[in-house]
Amino acid sequence: MLPAAVIFAAFFLLPMARLVAVGAGGPAGLAAYAAVLTEPRYFRSLVSTVALAAAVTGLTLVIATIAGVFLQRNRFPGRSVLVAMLTFPLAFPGVVVGFMVIMLAGRQGLIGDLTRLVTGAKLVFAYSMAGLLTGYLYFSIPRVILTVMAAAEKLDRRLEEAARSLGASPWQVVRDVIVPGLTPAFLSAGAICFATAMGAFGTAFTLATEIEVLPMTIYTEFTLRANFVVAAALSIVLGVITWLALAVARTAAGSSVAAAA
Amino acid sequence: MARRGRAFWAQLAFTVLVAAFLIVPVAMSITAGVTANFFQGVKSGLTTRWIGEVWRLYRDTIVLSMTIALATLIVDLAVGVPAAYVLARRRGWLTRLVEEALVLPIAIPGLATALALILTYGTWREFRTSWLFILVGHVLFTLPFMVRAVLAVLSSTDLPTLEEGARSLGASFRQRFFDVVLPNVRSGILAGALMVVTLSIGEFNMTWMLHTPLTKTLPVGLADSYASMRLEIGSAYTVMFFFMIIPLLIGIQLAARPRKATVVRDEAA
Repeated sequence: MLPAAVIFAAFFLLPMARLVAVGAGGPAGLAAYAAVLTEPRYFRSLVSTVALAAAVTGLTLVIATIAGVFLQRNRFPGRSVLVAMLTFPLAFPGVVVGFMVIMLAGRQGLIGDLTRLVTGAKLVFAYSMAGLLTGYLYFSIPRVILTVMAAAEKLDRRLEEAARSLGASPWQVVRDVIVPGLTPAFLSAGAICFATAMGAFGTAFTLATEIEVLPMTIYTEFTLRANFVVAAALSIVLGVITWLALAVARTAAGSSVAAAA
Repeated sequence: MARRGRAFWAQLAFTVLVAAFLIVPVAMSITAGVTANFFQGVKSGLTTRWIGEVWRLYRDTIVLSMTIALATLIVDLAVGVPAAYVLARRRGWLTRLVEEALVLPIAIPGLATALALILTYGTWREFRTSWLFILVGHVLFTLPFMVRAVLAVLSSTDLPTLEEGARSLGASFRQRFFDVVLPNVRSGILAGALMVVTLSIGEFNMTWMLHTPLTKTLPVGLADSYASMRLEIGSAYTVMFFFMIIPLLIGIQLAARPRKATVVRDEAA
């Protein structure tokens, strides 16, 4: 136990305390933290990061629920191949995900070639916010599908039978029985998804350094402008947001959920 | 299964589409990695030239990533397994607090942790420029996974009874830990170990900040090749990365299965 505690204290607690201190130690003092809200550039970056993470979370939940419940409920030839394909990218780092987006929507990408054949104009969106959104979807879908499949397995099918026998339409069964049953899984998977999208750095870094999301802003402030105070303050704000999101995830799902950020 | 209606086919089509979204770019990069000229397509011929180029340019990053992954694993085993044991044996507010704290390095983005490390130890030049600096980051990030994997197995076995039995037969603490506890958590250690190595090999968020021109890991090299090399080289490099992690991923899948079997056996006994 002791070695773990020593490593943790020396290389995590102490540096984190230093980070908080550096953030508050600039000429502006604690006001550096307020700058995240008052300085338009940082505030815009914060808002667009939160909006992006929320959009990724919503879209991923919808896509993964349709595919996950379907795969859990049906047995057909090729099903295990589909599951394997859907979970293969689980271990890809952000940089590789970024490269996958370039393959799809970059200058020599598939979507560009297809759109040129169909419309004559080449559609290239990898190096923008849309590309980043695509990358985060790519990254999150495998994780959330696994959670949804595990949760769907535990749903009580008798409730759906009962609803159907009482005259509920398929859509009503989905809305009133299946979705409420999966809500705990949605909360925990969604919070993990949100936190990961907030803090991810590799994908944005691969696609374009001009995309203004919080991790990129921190990186630019630190390495290009050598503005350690702002970088530290922004990091703390970012860390608090992701930590809060994951705390929600664990309360929602009990302690059984692993925060696989 | 009853007759399949329109809803089935619609959902199947949707699921296949999602799978294609994930797999098509992988297939494209594998193709690009062995194609002479990706812009002209496969008809320009297949070649191993790009794989050779990658090996020439980036061999060091692959070796360093493997070194760091192995070192991370050794530290995590030496530090994480005993920690999990203590956490499992002494349930109380203090151990719960420690458990919570250990997860923090996963909850907080790697970028922030890396900045904190640089601001604290960055002026210590020998340390900053050595690969040990990256090792520290990887240990912080992976340790919770090792602790949790071992802890999960520990909490599903009745350790106190086993240990008491061993002690009544005269086993010392050392003997109990190595001959009773460790064999019982083997599956957890294996699962944790595979996870730790996979995560360490792929870690970028933190490593990009911690690396120096002389300590580049595989993902750092990947980012470098995407930014400054032709698409074929980046693809070939990515393919090499796939081949490194595929065995690990299959191992994780396999390791997850026997553990379930053990739990069932324990309950039946």
